Amino acid sequence: MNMPKVMLEVKDLTTKYVTRFRENVYAVDHVSLEVEEGKSLGIAGESGCGKSTLALSLMGYYFAPLHYMSGEIIIDGVNVTGMDPDTIRKSILGSEISYIPQAAMNALNPTRKIINFIEDVYQAHDPYKTKKEIYELAKKSFEFLGLPANVLQKYPVELSGGMKQRTVIAVSVILFPKVLIADEPSSALDVTSQKMVIKMLKNLMENGLIKSMIFITHELPLLYNVTDDIMIMYAGQIVEKGTAKQVVFDPIHPYARGLMGSIIVPESGLREIKLAAIPGVPPNLKNPPSGCRFAERCRYVVPECKVTSVAMHEVEGKRAYRCIFPEKELKNFYRKEAQ
Amino acid sequence: MSIERGICLSGKGLTKVFGLGRQKCVAVDNVDFDFYEGEVISIVGESGSGKTTLAKMILGLIGITEGEIYFHGKKRDISTQMKKKEYWKNIQAIFQDPYSSYNIFNKIDAVLMDCIHMRGGRELPHEKKVKMMAEACSFVNMKWEELTNKYPFELSGGQMQRLMIARIFLLKPQILLADEPTSMIDACCRSTILEMLMQLRKEIGMTLIFITHDIGLAYYVSDSVYIMEHGKFVESGSPDSVILHPTQAYTRRLINDVPKIHEEWDLSTVSYSQS
Repeated sequence: MNMPKVMLEVKDLTTKYVTRFRENVYAVDHVSLEVEEGKSLGIAGESGCGKSTLALSLMGYYFAPLHYMSGEIIIDGVNVTGMDPDTIRKSILGSEISYIPQAAMNALNPTRKIINFIEDVYQAHDPYKTKKEIYELAKKSFEFLGLPANVLQKYPVELSGGMKQRTVIAVSVILFPKVLIADEPSSALDVTSQKMVIKMLKNLMENGLIKSMIFITHELPLLYNVTDDIMIMYAGQIVEKGTAKQVVFDPIHPYARGLMGSIIVPESGLREIKLAAIPGVPPNLKNPPSGCRFAERCRYVVPECKVTSVAMHEVEGKRAYRCIFPEKELKNFYRKEAQ
Repeated sequence: MSIERGICLSGKGLTKVFGLGRQKCVAVDNVDFDFYEGEVISIVGESGSGKTTLAKMILGLIGITEGEIYFHGKKRDISTQMKKKEYWKNIQAIFQDPYSSYNIFNKIDAVLMDCIHMRGGRELPHEKKVKMMAEACSFVNMKWEELTNKYPFELSGGQMQRLMIARIFLLKPQILLADEPTSMIDACCRSTILEMLMQLRKEIGMTLIFITHDIGLAYYVSDSVYIMEHGKFVESGSPDSVILHPTQAYTRRLINDVPKIHEEWDLSTVSYSQS
């Protein structure tokens, strides 16, 4: 049996923002992750926990105030860290790794037709293609993705919200990248358009047009349905990772558990459950606490939590969590509380 | 519980038409409703189904093409600015986008001070006002000392939305209309905000109208649910009957489209031609 190929590997990536007053904000702090071919990884967390910064860092989008600190990003065996921005733009972005921005509504220039965006992409990667060839290729891929070909000749304002988002996805994947990063692609859409967007992304994955996907959102029911693995981020660090089922139904970390308690789905029995709100606010990353970053808001906090930083504990398989308590003890806490 | 409750807000044949001739667009089409006192009502629909237009009509922010709104059985009269202000003492709103809900030139002190003045507290001594404001802030888990002398844009989205709730706490309206109050906030903050709204409702006994496309939320909070499609209510009733046992095809599709965790999410029903 051959091992599944690792499409994206990130080792100990740390990036920081530098503010006007020369303060360092470590928005992504020693993050390691791995995405195999044909798999999708979901990243969940509160606003401001570094999800989007992680996405930008993975693309090598290091423009002030974002700075690269340490770590490695390896896309399909090629180490892209340390490449200069021009090379990344020419040979990595679009063809190796691609990005669906959060606000698709604002991602398209209103004065240009959709086909012009696609021409731009080809111009950077394959400047010898004629406009006619590009049009044919674009038409083919748009039709495959369930978008009518006349969208190509339209201006962004002529499209509805859901259509615009799907167009942005189609433009993002026009070169069939190996890794696709979807940063909240459906948070501005209603449920029906959201489903269309998700179906489109799943379609791309199933047909092998994109090799792997990173899906960022704070909507956990959606993440559970879309991705194979889920990673929970808190204050720049990963606090828990595992398969979607494990993380949603059997979270280990207290924060992950709190997040799962805030899920709202229209299913019978929901009205009887009391929603779990996590009190307090995340720490300021300008001067993060020395110990566990969740300690201030944690219900099970003990004095040791605040002393030294906590390492990830590996549990069977790829499961890991960041807490000083062993898994059994945490589960005991939860059981006691449920009674 | 079978407490006889009065009707606090009702609409008869509400219609809103935008544009003329070929450009005509009927946003809200002959809608009738009766909202009872102290109830939590959800109006659910897709984008473009006319939810927000209906909300604006209820608030009196836009004119009504046809139909009438009755407030406590009496015809609503907002013909003059004075009468409008009187009406807004009873009905208040929280909007979707907290970032654009504030006057950026006013400090938070002024925002909350306005609310006290609106409730007729203009003559109160300053210490009393400050005490009231501090109380409102502590209700939404914020510290007055951290907020005073700041501008709203210095806060995060969740904090701004909480400040909105603090405003409502001071204003104590009879009806609160929440137009997608949690759609721009992450899931964790959402439960905090919902909890606060529910507590506030209990405290001052107001009617709460949620306008949302989040069906899970509508199911969780409300006493009655209205489903809106193309400007019309297609289905209404208790959340258990509407959301767990929908009768209309539209409602069924809408509920089917929500990702769930205990049931299979069926992607095969998507057809791209819908939009």
